[in-house]
Amino acid sequence: MRQCFRAINPLNYKAPLITLFGSFRDLLPILVVVTFFQLVVLGQPFPDLLGLLTGTVLVLLGLTFFLYGLEISLFPLGDNMAYAFARKGSVFWLLAFGFALGFGTTIAEPALIAVSDEAAKVMANGKIIPDTGPSRQQYADGLRVTVAFSVGAAIVTGVYRIVRGWPIHIMIMIGYLLVVIMTILAPREIIGIAYDSGGVTTSTITVPLVTALGVGLASSIRGRNPMVDGFGLIAFASLFPMIFVMGYGMLYR
Amino acid sequence: MNLPLHILDTMLDTVIDVLPITAIILLFQVCVIRKALPNIRRLLTGFALVLIGLTLFLVGLEKALFPIGRLMAAQLTDIGFILKDSLSAPPTWSSYYWVYIFAFCIGASTTIAEPSLIAVAQKANHVSGGAIGIWGLRTAVALGVAIGIALGTWRIVVGLPIHYFIIPGYVFVVIQTYFAPKVIVPLAYDSGGVTTSTVTVPIVAALGLGLAETVPGRDPVLDGFGLIAFASLFPMITVMGYAQGSTWLASRQKGKLQYSRQP
Repeated sequence: MRQCFRAINPLNYKAPLITLFGSFRDLLPILVVVTFFQLVVLGQPFPDLLGLLTGTVLVLLGLTFFLYGLEISLFPLGDNMAYAFARKGSVFWLLAFGFALGFGTTIAEPALIAVSDEAAKVMANGKIIPDTGPSRQQYADGLRVTVAFSVGAAIVTGVYRIVRGWPIHIMIMIGYLLVVIMTILAPREIIGIAYDSGGVTTSTITVPLVTALGVGLASSIRGRNPMVDGFGLIAFASLFPMIFVMGYGMLYR
Repeated sequence: MNLPLHILDTMLDTVIDVLPITAIILLFQVCVIRKALPNIRRLLTGFALVLIGLTLFLVGLEKALFPIGRLMAAQLTDIGFILKDSLSAPPTWSSYYWVYIFAFCIGASTTIAEPSLIAVAQKANHVSGGAIGIWGLRTAVALGVAIGIALGTWRIVVGLPIHYFIIPGYVFVVIQTYFAPKVIVPLAYDSGGVTTSTVTVPIVAALGLGLAETVPGRDPVLDGFGLIAFASLFPMITVMGYAQGSTWLASRQKGKLQYSRQP
């Protein structure tokens, strides 16, 4: 349970250097691809070489700090909270926390705000909603709340699954079946957006926290295997929004 | 905008973005769990590092990768470039071959750099006691995203509806689930959602939109979406495939050993 705390000693100066080297290795493929296509395939020089270089250095430093901080904060935090909830033994508060986490992290997600505004534009172009500012705004806000609610519901379902030890593949299959049925029923314009909304909800901070929560929970409940039961929360969080967004699209037909 | 100001601006956005999570965690910690957090100073240092790291990462992407990514997406889908080495005057789906190759390469390379995938791979490696390799998982996911995005760009060019691909993909995932090792299934399902965050989405979205604008008969708002869905479907297949492949190799090795031990 406590394994994560031993991972890195923050006073050890070597650890950040190793992470820095790792970050460079992680970024190398992008640099190779971009350079090859720009110079060889398109046969053009880089428009802003200085910007590209400073940007790359910033990305490198950023990734290093992020991963290092993750190891000493978000991972132990998720572990610790899962352990505390398991010891408390109240399923209600655990589920309430799961819902708050899912809803709270999604409603402020910048990618979601962009996608819902885009969706409102598509709907206005398709004459499904009136093409005025307020009605577009209302549609976009409704969509945002729908997606945030669906992610909250997804985390609740996923956490409850871990508590009960249900097999994930049956639940995901039911979810897929619902997606297929909704695809047949929903208006055509919403389908692409609905499918994409599953992917945009899971941000860089939510994923490590939710993963640590699930794995921590599965390791502190007796009879659960962290590998088989701990993962899967993200899967629910990307499946539920598709179903809910298509449902939302059907309301406006 | 000058750099320090831009960094400050992004930092503010990141803090606002993280505020709800922090509030929820504090609320539950104080009101429900009612216990002090252990190692509070270390947690705060780590949290500050996460914020600074994410800020620098985003500013760097905005400054270096996104402009060049968008520019290249625009250049590659440009009708002049497409027709340059196409002999037949009206471009067919095969004239866009550089677009598919670019989609494949950029999908794979951005996924390797995706911070949340690194986080999940570390966790999986840790939990499985080293049985799931960090690089094995990341390569499998990157390959899945690459195939997904390449196929997704091809779909935009030929103009088939998205569910013709996604629904058979689901059926395939369901069938494969029954044959894959049980331990990998939840992780494989998760890897679909993990792949598409900070790095991949903006470049891929630019590629999709650029393509839908250039290909005759495509509507950017209708056909430009959907690449992300492809990028979240295929990693499930490749991650389960990776697990199937490695258990198959392990069992073959074991079989050989047993065979060689026989007199």
